Amino acid sequence: MYRRLPDRARALVRFTFDGEALTAQEGDTVAAALLAAGQLATRHTPVSRAPRAPYCMMGVCFECLVVIDGAPNRQGCLTPVVEGMRVETQQGAAVFEDAE
Amino acid sequence: MSERFTSASDLRRSYDLVIVGAGPAGLAAAATASGFGLSVLLADENGAPGGQIYRGITRSSEADRRRLGPDYAAGKKLSAAFAESAAAYTLGALVWSVAPTDEETPDADYPLEVGISLGGVARAIGAQRVLLATGAIERPFPIPGWTLPGVMSAGAAQILLKTSALAPSGRTVIAGSGPLLYLLASQLIAAGAPPVALVDTTPRKNWRVALPDFPAFAMSSYAAKGLKLLFDVAKRIRVIRNVSALEAVGGDKFETLIVTRTNGTMERIDADLLLLHQGVAPNLNLSSAAGCALEWDEKQALFRPKRDEWLESSEAGISIAGDGGGIVGAQASVIEGEIAGLVAAFRLSRISKEMFAQRGAELKKRLASVLRGRAFLDRLFRPADEFRVPQRDDAIVCRCEEVSAGRVRATAALGVQGPNQMKAFLRCGMGPCQGRLCGLTVSEMIAQARGVSPADVGYYRLRPPVKPVPLREFAAMPQSDAAITAVAGFVERSVEKGSAAGSLEPDNRIVER
Ligand SMILES: Cc1cc2nc3c(=O)[nH]c(=O)nc-3n(C[C@H](O)[C@H](O)[C@H](O)COP(=O)(O)OP(=O)(O)OC[C@H]3O[C@@H](n4cnc5c(N)ncnc54)[C@H](O)[C@@H]3O)c2cc1C
Ligand code: FES
Repeated sequence: MYRRLPDRARALVRFTFDGEALTAQEGDTVAAALLAAGQLATRHTPVSRAPRAPYCMMGVCFECLVVIDGAPNRQGCLTPVVEGMRVETQQGAAVFEDAE
Repeated sequence: MSERFTSASDLRRSYDLVIVGAGPAGLAAAATASGFGLSVLLADENGAPGGQIYRGITRSSEADRRRLGPDYAAGKKLSAAFAESAAAYTLGALVWSVAPTDEETPDADYPLEVGISLGGVARAIGAQRVLLATGAIERPFPIPGWTLPGVMSAGAAQILLKTSALAPSGRTVIAGSGPLLYLLASQLIAAGAPPVALVDTTPRKNWRVALPDFPAFAMSSYAAKGLKLLFDVAKRIRVIRNVSALEAVGGDKFETLIVTRTNGTMERIDADLLLLHQGVAPNLNLSSAAGCALEWDEKQALFRPKRDEWLESSEAGISIAGDGGGIVGAQASVIEGEIAGLVAAFRLSRISKEMFAQRGAELKKRLASVLRGRAFLDRLFRPADEFRVPQRDDAIVCRCEEVSAGRVRATAALGVQGPNQMKAFLRCGMGPCQGRLCGLTVSEMIAQARGVSPADVGYYRLRPPVKPVPLREFAAMPQSDAAITAVAGFVERSVEKGSAAGSLEPDNRIVER
């Protein structure tokens, strides 16, 4: 759905999404890297299990919630990808470590 | 040189001024206030300074700046001035609360406490004053199908272009209203990814309503630029106007946008990506959770925090500058940031009354001059009623809890008085986004059902933390003995030396009551 413009060349970063090996460019957020790699849905809703994909890319909508290195509920659009990162689809409700 | 921190535990116990948001307003305020000798901490949850308009500016290439245009490139100067300043900054830092200092905090000589989470560590940092420069968010655009993967906000596509040089690769449709929609269209054209169509939902009647403000606009700096933009985009891509309804359809992902025109005809546009936008609204979550009073702005159809003529909120010591206080645009945000920096310096007695009066008057004059013409834009791009309040019952209003317009309407018809009561019925606004994507819609739907103004209905009551913070970070925060006693009834202490409760081995502790 997105392609990298040819004038942008930065160091490559390797990470996995649901076990699949992918590459990103240094400076990408997790959500940007997934879109660049052709991945769309990053979570399934807790209510109807509908697939959802990043919507706002600025930390507002929480549609990009993923599991990163085992920790659920991470906002993919605010988290930079780093070498060796393990990203997984978030299925339904993870137990929210909400303080409310 | 500004100093950068990567863990909240390295921050000082307190600062003269804590600024939230490193967009134009926050950057300008930080440079101004530190120039007057205040100790300043600037915090932003993004990984780089710039806010929305100047996202990724510090790492942008010449190609990026050419594609994104001169208004974007202008951010280089602002970020350089900030980098030269003495202000401390933290990026990737979520500010989750601003509140009066806890009475239990020992020897606190500051009136405000700011909750910051950075590098997996949460801390309450003291502040003499706080400036909220949290900017704007895109207004909700609840049409049927807007939750499908493949539907994104226009701002999202712009962010991908700015920070990762990613351009849509398939067929893209952009739909909605407002100057940013046309700006994005021109940026996508410059990136070699022109949309197949721009569906403009600006109601035709807005031109008539805005006309009296046209002369002031015609004399402003936006006029020539703005009209050229409209013209250039219309020359390059198909623009569809006079639209009364939109629906996104698809299976597991977006496939087709169905456009209904005001004359009743319908058109299906097949595409891979739909980008929606109908203007921006102040990002209220932090100011509202800090207790700042809000007011309804009928002209722009949004809530904003109440401010006095010096940008101070209803809460002592808390100022608000930039789009977070009401939509003014990037240039005005910079000036508001400078005003807020000046006010902080004056209130903390770093500058004389005379200097404050003189500089303040100059800045206000500049502000009035950049705001000239704004009224025309506000009236012209006030989003259509039928796109602020969904007409169809199957449109989802609260994306987090999947609450449809039909359910909100039916519940409002039961006599629900306001959005907080609606939460109890439907859970709308109680998901992780904390109402950011449904707040305005729900308030307007209740107002419509009650036949009153949204001013009488109000907005969600928001509470800190404004975003979920892992419990382990809270648990590890240093606490005063009094605070621990208040919760636990006693303080546990290790024999060797006092330390925060929770990190103790069971065999070497004593209990104080
Ligand atoms: C998606 C989007 C794209 C835009 N693009 C343009 C554009 O291209 N051109 C243009 O003229 N205008 C654009 N605007 C309008 C924009 O609001 C203003 O032009 C300008 O950026 C406002 O400046 P500001 O300093 O008030 O806030 P912003 O630039 O929005 O900066 C606010 C900053 O505060 C941070 N923040 C908010 N809450 C917290 C918190 N709790 N903790 C930590 N940090 C926080 C955000 O991460 C952000 O970086 C855009 C707006 C949006 C929403
Ligand atoms: S995409 Fe909206 S919060 Fe990440």
